[in-house]
Amino acid sequence: MSMTLKPGARLFSAVCTTEMIAVKAPPGEVDVTIGGVAPVGSAAGRDGSGSVADGHGGGAAMGKRYVDQGETIELLCTKPGDGLPALDGQLLALKEAKALPSSD
Amino acid sequence: MHLSSLVEMVESGFDDRVMLGAAEDAVTGAQFGALVRGGASTLGGYRALVYVGENHPLLPVALFSAAWAGIAFVPVNYRLEGHQLNSLVARQPGALVLADPGTASRIAGEAPVIVFDDWLASLPADPPAIDPPSDDDEVAVILYTSGTTSEPKSVLLRHRHLMAYLLGSVEFGGAGEDEAVLVAVPPYHVAGIANILSNTFAGRRLVYLRAFDPRVWLDTVKNEGVTNAMVVPTMLSRIVAALAGEPADVPTLRSLSYGGAKVSERVLLEALRLFPHVGFVNAYGLTETASTIAVLGPDDHRAAIESDDSAVRRRLSSAGQVLPMVEIEIRDEIDQPVPPGEPGMIFVRGEQISGEYASGSLLEPDGWFCTRDRGLIDVEGYLFIEGRADDTIIRGGENIAPAEIEEILLAHPSVAEACVVGLPDDEWGQTIAAVVVLRDGASIGADELQDAVRSALRGSKTPDTIFFRDELPHTETGKLLRRLVLRELTEFQAANDPKTTSQGEDSCR
Repeated sequence: MSMTLKPGARLFSAVCTTEMIAVKAPPGEVDVTIGGVAPVGSAAGRDGSGSVADGHGGGAAMGKRYVDQGETIELLCTKPGDGLPALDGQLLALKEAKALPSSD
Repeated sequence: MHLSSLVEMVESGFDDRVMLGAAEDAVTGAQFGALVRGGASTLGGYRALVYVGENHPLLPVALFSAAWAGIAFVPVNYRLEGHQLNSLVARQPGALVLADPGTASRIAGEAPVIVFDDWLASLPADPPAIDPPSDDDEVAVILYTSGTTSEPKSVLLRHRHLMAYLLGSVEFGGAGEDEAVLVAVPPYHVAGIANILSNTFAGRRLVYLRAFDPRVWLDTVKNEGVTNAMVVPTMLSRIVAALAGEPADVPTLRSLSYGGAKVSERVLLEALRLFPHVGFVNAYGLTETASTIAVLGPDDHRAAIESDDSAVRRRLSSAGQVLPMVEIEIRDEIDQPVPPGEPGMIFVRGEQISGEYASGSLLEPDGWFCTRDRGLIDVEGYLFIEGRADDTIIRGGENIAPAEIEEILLAHPSVAEACVVGLPDDEWGQTIAAVVVLRDGASIGADELQDAVRSALRGSKTPDTIFFRDELPHTETGKLLRRLVLRELTEFQAANDPKTTSQGEDSCR
């Protein structure tokens, strides 16, 4: 299912506990899934049915960021869960970030 | 991204994690979100939220309420005298002013003033839902520069600058549930804002000191199980003095960062000795750069102390390396980049760099910002700050950085504080004057200090005059007020025969 995404938009997996927020999003309609299923707009929007699709599980980790190859989309995991994010059916990749000492 | 998103992220990721306060008045992520929504619901119709007061355990609620309501958060230095305080408050027409009880009565003018605790107590538990704003080009925070060289300027930090800093340098939820940060820097300092944002983003509990005291700081670190803390150099120096040579009893403390002004190497070495299990971080940044742009991390500190190589040892006094998402250039007088090792003006560029004042942006068309700090980068990429370009002394055509001379003076066992400024001179353009505060019980002649500088540097960098004083003027966050030192010396010079002050005599005692 296609949707438009803006930075700051929240995505709740419909089939697991994973929650994401859009850090970066391409203009226009995008086909994003979490756990292989279109996300919902709030925790209350989950109807409890369905499950993580094959190949779309394995665990989204707290604080990690997920991007497509061209980094046109970037989703940050705010609540971990089994389902992984995907764009156009392709799983997003974990974005490597250099750990910096906390200066404040 | 907009800072209001951060509130939703806290609610999502840290709903049952304690985010604010001491153990007994703890606020979880979910409660924090509710307070912010309640706070934002009271701000309809206001154009800014001014905060004038000491630190407060729930200060972050004020900042994020303003963000959620789509107005700027403007912390003002409550220690300013009445006229200046009110002139800064008056720069925000249409604002609601939140103040601490001691400051509320000092606010004049038309803006409504509410004591922060009263405002918190009045927040509705079930406020009408407000859709948070999403335009990250709006102004999130306005900070006044400390005005060490001129009148305070209003620096505009937009949501995109602050979020760029967070996304680029902090991992969301990167802190363990046991971690807590002690905030001692005041709310009106960019480090105070960065403390709130970085630690909220990391999921680290924020514990506040209302006002700094070294013993209270040490006790709070111990009693609250504090793992991280940020101090300005004056605070570090007072903490070291309070320890009186005894190692600190702070078993939980892992990271101590310092920044905001130049730290004396003697204080730093003593601090490293008294906090043997703590990782030290030196952070360099400006208000205009939305906080930190370069860091010297714990490993760099350790390597510098343990090295026999003087170039590596010297890095202890550096600002470390620039953050990955910040570009840096050192430029000469004709605006050309210089090779490593050569000093010049520091320019930076990146998404977090604001470089913008209420009066307009100072960013160059291609995004570079002139920090007006002078410095150099060594071959390994370590940044050394020489000081404000406006403080540079030009004596007989030669550019002289006061910091270089101050370092030599401060290394002398008799010297507690030193400030070097240029005094107007008909022959040289400027002459070099050093104002020195001696350590308790120390006694030394001006000629001996001049000899120390001459042997370490050279004749042309030797102070022409040494003045002795009992203290030097600083801002509350430890920045030396050179403007006031210079004014006092200029007045002194005008009132005295210049011949008697150019002999290097102790002319003030």
